[in-house]
Amino acid sequence: MRSKLWPELAGFAALALVVAALPRFISDFRARELAIVGMYFIALLGLSILTGYSGQISLGNGAFMAIGGYTTAVLSVNGVYGHQIRDLWTIPIAGVIAGVAGLLVGVPALRLSGVYLALITFGIAVSFPQLPKKFDHFLGGTTGKILNLAKPPFGLATTTNNWMYYLTWGIALVLLGVAWWLVRGKTGRALKAIRDSEVAAASSGVSLATYKTFAFGISAFYAGVAGSLYAIANAYVNPDVFPIILSVYLVVGLAVGGVDSLVGLIFGAGLIYFLQNHADTVAGWINHLPALSLDPKQPGIPSMIFGAVLIVVMLLLPTGVGGLVRRLFGSLTSRLYTRS
Amino acid sequence: MVLAAFTWTEFAQQLAAGIREGAIYAGLALAIVIIYRSTRVINFAQGEMATFTTFIAWSLMNHGLSFWTAFPIVLAIAFAGGVAIERVVIRPVEGAPVVTVVIVTLGLALLLNGLMSVIWGGANRQFHGPFSTRTIDVAGVPISVQDIGIVAVSVGLVGLLALFFRFTKLGLALRAAAVNPESSRLVGIRVGWMLALGWGIAAVLGAVAGMMIAPVVFLDPNMMQTILLYAFAAAVLGGLDSPIGAVVGGILLGVTITLLGRYVGFIGSTLKLPAALMLILVLLLVRPGGLFGRVAVRRV
Amino acid sequence: MSVLELHNVEARYGPVKALHGVSLQVGDGELVAVLGANGAGKTTTLRAISGTVRRSGDIVFAGKKLPRRPESTARAGIAHVPEGRGTFSELSVWDNLRLGAYTRRGRIKQETQRVFEFFPQLEGRRDQQAGTLSGGEQQMLALSRAMMARPRLLLLDEPSLGLAPIVVKVIFEALERMKSADGMSVLVVEQNANLALAHAARAYVLEVGNVVVEGTSDELRANESVRRSYLGY
Repeated sequence: MRSKLWPELAGFAALALVVAALPRFISDFRARELAIVGMYFIALLGLSILTGYSGQISLGNGAFMAIGGYTTAVLSVNGVYGHQIRDLWTIPIAGVIAGVAGLLVGVPALRLSGVYLALITFGIAVSFPQLPKKFDHFLGGTTGKILNLAKPPFGLATTTNNWMYYLTWGIALVLLGVAWWLVRGKTGRALKAIRDSEVAAASSGVSLATYKTFAFGISAFYAGVAGSLYAIANAYVNPDVFPIILSVYLVVGLAVGGVDSLVGLIFGAGLIYFLQNHADTVAGWINHLPALSLDPKQPGIPSMIFGAVLIVVMLLLPTGVGGLVRRLFGSLTSRLYTRS
Repeated sequence: MVLAAFTWTEFAQQLAAGIREGAIYAGLALAIVIIYRSTRVINFAQGEMATFTTFIAWSLMNHGLSFWTAFPIVLAIAFAGGVAIERVVIRPVEGAPVVTVVIVTLGLALLLNGLMSVIWGGANRQFHGPFSTRTIDVAGVPISVQDIGIVAVSVGLVGLLALFFRFTKLGLALRAAAVNPESSRLVGIRVGWMLALGWGIAAVLGAVAGMMIAPVVFLDPNMMQTILLYAFAAAVLGGLDSPIGAVVGGILLGVTITLLGRYVGFIGSTLKLPAALMLILVLLLVRPGGLFGRVAVRRV
Repeated sequence: MSVLELHNVEARYGPVKALHGVSLQVGDGELVAVLGANGAGKTTTLRAISGTVRRSGDIVFAGKKLPRRPESTARAGIAHVPEGRGTFSELSVWDNLRLGAYTRRGRIKQETQRVFEFFPQLEGRRDQQAGTLSGGEQQMLALSRAMMARPRLLLLDEPSLGLAPIVVKVIFEALERMKSADGMSVLVVEQNANLALAHAARAYVLEVGNVVVEGTSDELRANESVRRSYLGY
């Protein structure tokens, strides 16, 4: 394991450099797009700890993102005792509150296995958008809440989009480091043992309950932070900002990207962003193929295309893009979680 | 939580409506369980497959066929479609991790949903069902003929399937392939085709559910999405590997949700699904395998 | 007249080779035993024949090349009772028997009557869930399931495993009677070499995926090294 340390640190440093330098070469709008990709990346990072590492499937992390987003909205609009909180400071609070929610889910989750857990968490994802509608005086109902536009702090001379970019990817790198540190140590070994064989792990004295619940809490914390950032970038929240399908897209992004590959997670985050926002673009590309004439504007075509793409990709790459990259580049790629 | 004004007549009607809802959930839940039992896969495309076949029924009826003439044709198409999907789309990823296969079914759902919009457009349309909407008097309570018809057809179908599974050689082979594929091969059963058969039967169940519910709600590409969620809940409630559980769970869920939604003001119509979720979660804590399911007990 | 011939059959589990070219044969109506220590490849040999594991090399069954898939070998007339019996534990005894006769057309009344004659205990437990039977009864059920198909060749993997000696006696007696009634050939894998040689006409000894000794039961009993390693005297 020692020998892997330097390549991994080098990879991390390279990523940090790319992140820092990129805005100089891209448009303001692209910066915003990449910022949002970064938010999905953070959410996927958390999900990969839960699913890839402790082996619990959650189809409900979109709800944790929503908790984070709504926390930020409520704190910065309603405030505490009328005192509005600056959006920046709401981020860690949103993360913690989402994390606590994750721990609360993690406790009953202990009793559920595999598919049952997946379906129950899916139920959470489905139910969650109903809550703002029910408690509309507090959470804004279907119209939602409008936040103040995000401003760079301390009067830094940079655009809003660039600011969001740096904020998001800065946090992403920090959280990546935290995740890396977590999985390298005792926690990581415990989680890995649990994933590979719960019975063996428990017989060796690993406290299943603690670590599995902890994994849920961590993944929820990450999702909450991501949701909070998204709320700030979006400047408003309503049930449609964190729809049911988001939880599904997170799992799709995780699986297509490849559960334990850094490159895969970034790819997965990009995929989710694409799915949410650029359905018609892909349709337009397909239109250029001979013998196919599809009107990209026609409703239904984007869904068809993405459905087909998902099917084909999973048929060709059952272990996701990360698996493919690993096969192509072997030991050069840094692995988030080494399998012993 | 406010208990709204109560009359026995209305209660009976709500009960009937709940049973009717439950019958629909039961059919779809049974489809989910059949596929899950044999392949350990949750078919997220079950709802879209059902809506698609309902659209085909609509088209046939639009071309002049009566409901009951179109009915067997649609069932045959649904069966063939289900078998084809399993052989073409699912079989290649048979050995892959479950997450992969689930995503394939999700992709299939997206694909079918889009295809429906493309072929038939997204607008609501009326679906003329086989049962009249008038009510008849049952012990002093006006019950809709349609509700009775829906329940009768659903129960009839489930009953036929039960007989099929219990008494026919093919039904036995299907059951065997689901519980022990290795041994099934050793006695000469072609397990692959049994899985395809399971998908075909599930598709037929979905088609019937779709054609039964379409007259009640309007027919549009997203018709079955919420119903599918309730069907998942019903399947989990009954136990994912228990066909009996799916049927019982479906009816139980339908009745409970309808009554809760009507008589507990706090829940109303917005919180029906979250309420269902809560109830099922509590049940699973007590019985992790659902009402009739089996979960391997791990003693550590 | 041999009903089964293996010519240099190899088999592997992933990167590990389990059979390094095994050749053997079973005559028509013969009971042949396969002996050897754990990990010698005995179970793999049976699996290679029934098609449960991938193999290379030729297998000739009743004069024809044997297909490689388990469904096809079953239809060809080979019944395999695997390690662990392969019972459909969630189904009833009756359903298990019906499944055994899956490849047969028509009524199975005659076969079921025979089975209940050999193992009357099973008749009383017709509707009981197979997984709740005792070990001995499950072995009887497994054997019965195989017999329902009226196979030409029966592959038996460790029939005595985990059973009390008196139960084993009953089972082997039934096996002998079934064999003589149907003219069926049997290839049995056994760790209990004494038991196997008492019933078998011929036997093969496997070591690490190779046949090291072969011959009649008498010849093997007379063989020094076989006696020391496998017979215990």
